[in-house]
Amino acid sequence: MANTDITSKSMDGMGPHGTKVGLLRVLGPAHVWALGVGIVLVGEYMGWNFAVGKGGAYAALIACWFAGILYSCVAMIDSEVTSTVAAAGGQYTQAKHIVGPLMAFNVGLYLVFAYTMLEAGNAITLGYLISVAADMTGATEAIDQKPFIILSIVFLAWLNYRGVLATLTFNLIITAFAFVAILVLFVASAPWSEGTMLAHADLMSGQAALPYGWLGVLAAMHFGLWFYLGIEGTTQAAEEVRSPARSLPFGTLAGIMTLLIAATLTWYICVGYLPWEYLGDGVNGAVAPLFSAAQLTGSDALIVILGFGTLFATLASANGCINDASRAWFSMGRDHYLPQWFGAVHPVYRTPYRSIMFLVPIALIFALGAPLDQVITFSILSGLLGYTFMPINVILFRRKWPLDTIKRGYVHPFHPIPAITLIALCAITYFAVFLGYGTQLIAMVTFYIVVSLWFHFWRYRFVKRADQFTMPWPKPRGY
Amino acid sequence: MWPMIETGAWVLSGLFALHMLWDWYKTDSTYSEEVLTSSREGEIEAMTEQHKL
Repeated sequence: MANTDITSKSMDGMGPHGTKVGLLRVLGPAHVWALGVGIVLVGEYMGWNFAVGKGGAYAALIACWFAGILYSCVAMIDSEVTSTVAAAGGQYTQAKHIVGPLMAFNVGLYLVFAYTMLEAGNAITLGYLISVAADMTGATEAIDQKPFIILSIVFLAWLNYRGVLATLTFNLIITAFAFVAILVLFVASAPWSEGTMLAHADLMSGQAALPYGWLGVLAAMHFGLWFYLGIEGTTQAAEEVRSPARSLPFGTLAGIMTLLIAATLTWYICVGYLPWEYLGDGVNGAVAPLFSAAQLTGSDALIVILGFGTLFATLASANGCINDASRAWFSMGRDHYLPQWFGAVHPVYRTPYRSIMFLVPIALIFALGAPLDQVITFSILSGLLGYTFMPINVILFRRKWPLDTIKRGYVHPFHPIPAITLIALCAITYFAVFLGYGTQLIAMVTFYIVVSLWFHFWRYRFVKRADQFTMPWPKPRGY
Repeated sequence: MWPMIETGAWVLSGLFALHMLWDWYKTDSTYSEEVLTSSREGEIEAMTEQHKL
């Protein structure tokens, strides 16, 4: 044992602690990429353009790139820590080992809320897309969106229930299609040609450049997150990849590179086709800006490709969210942070089937009963709380277990600059969120304080304290 | 056409949900709780490494 390490590809199996049924290690780096990019790419197809409404096209670009820096830090930090803490639960498990139980409980809830709310938001969007498709195909009456919202959640839950390999292979195919669709629209727009329909000079000059000044840039930061929100979800696959130390950093870093390209191309295409006033109104204007841009080209082929791209991106996001929320919930159950009943694994499909099923009605309640902007705001806020934890986590990780004590699958460069950058950008984003959604921010923080008190004074007594720290690490430095 | 597609969506939703519920019941009544909840975090790491450099 002493001669092997975490990068081993030859050793696997059920282990010495008595596991009879565990999650299945079947995934590769491409699945990790599909999980991360799949959750996020819907943000390129819709949602990011509210940043244009807040501050104009240039403000959206600045927000896009600042958020890109924020998420590059997230991806690098996550890649290092998770290549060492290779267990389901992702950041929850990292927090448990590195910070402590109360932090872990909170992070676990951030994850479940962020992904379940996002799943509900995706289902609402999917219902809307189907209604648009019905209108475009000549439906005489408005269709009922409910059956399509319910079908999307139940079908994807069923897919997740049946096995992780099929689930993420499905995600890989539809995510790749959605990404290629953006590339196709860019190439078809031919920005290098004199005959291009892109009109950046006309649409972005004068008052349109920065209509609300630098305050608009700050306000746009909130929706700049939408370009990348969810890439950190790759870590939830840690217990199901064949080679965690290789696949997780590879898939995560390839994912953030893909998103940086997709985000910049999306911005470039959309602001070149659509005036900022229309683009920035995601409710009555450009609900799906890439699709609107495709419609302006007048090409039926592009309309079909981008239509399916929008649909697939929405499905991929909901699918990845179900995968991630259920793994976080499962891990908390397995550690007795929640009833152990949730820590069950299906003996045939090897999935956390009870956690998958439990979260279905919750997602349905929010998808059918809550407005989209509120659902998405709670998802963003939970994600943001999670990002604030990450720099603290990695600084403690490097301090307690320096590089010469634990072998990492990936070591992120320039430490602690990414951690400091991340916490500074989080602070700016909190301010930006407070400007637009101060009440929700306070309500959310109050909620997490209340559940933290419940965990500290009641639930933690059920946790088997010695059982929850499973990594064969040396003692932390200073202890 | 769309009313039929709507009905189809309701039917498919019901079928997927019923299949999961049926399988859930079958699984829980076939296997003991001890087996189903026997998963422990970190098994592979415990088997493959001791973090000695």
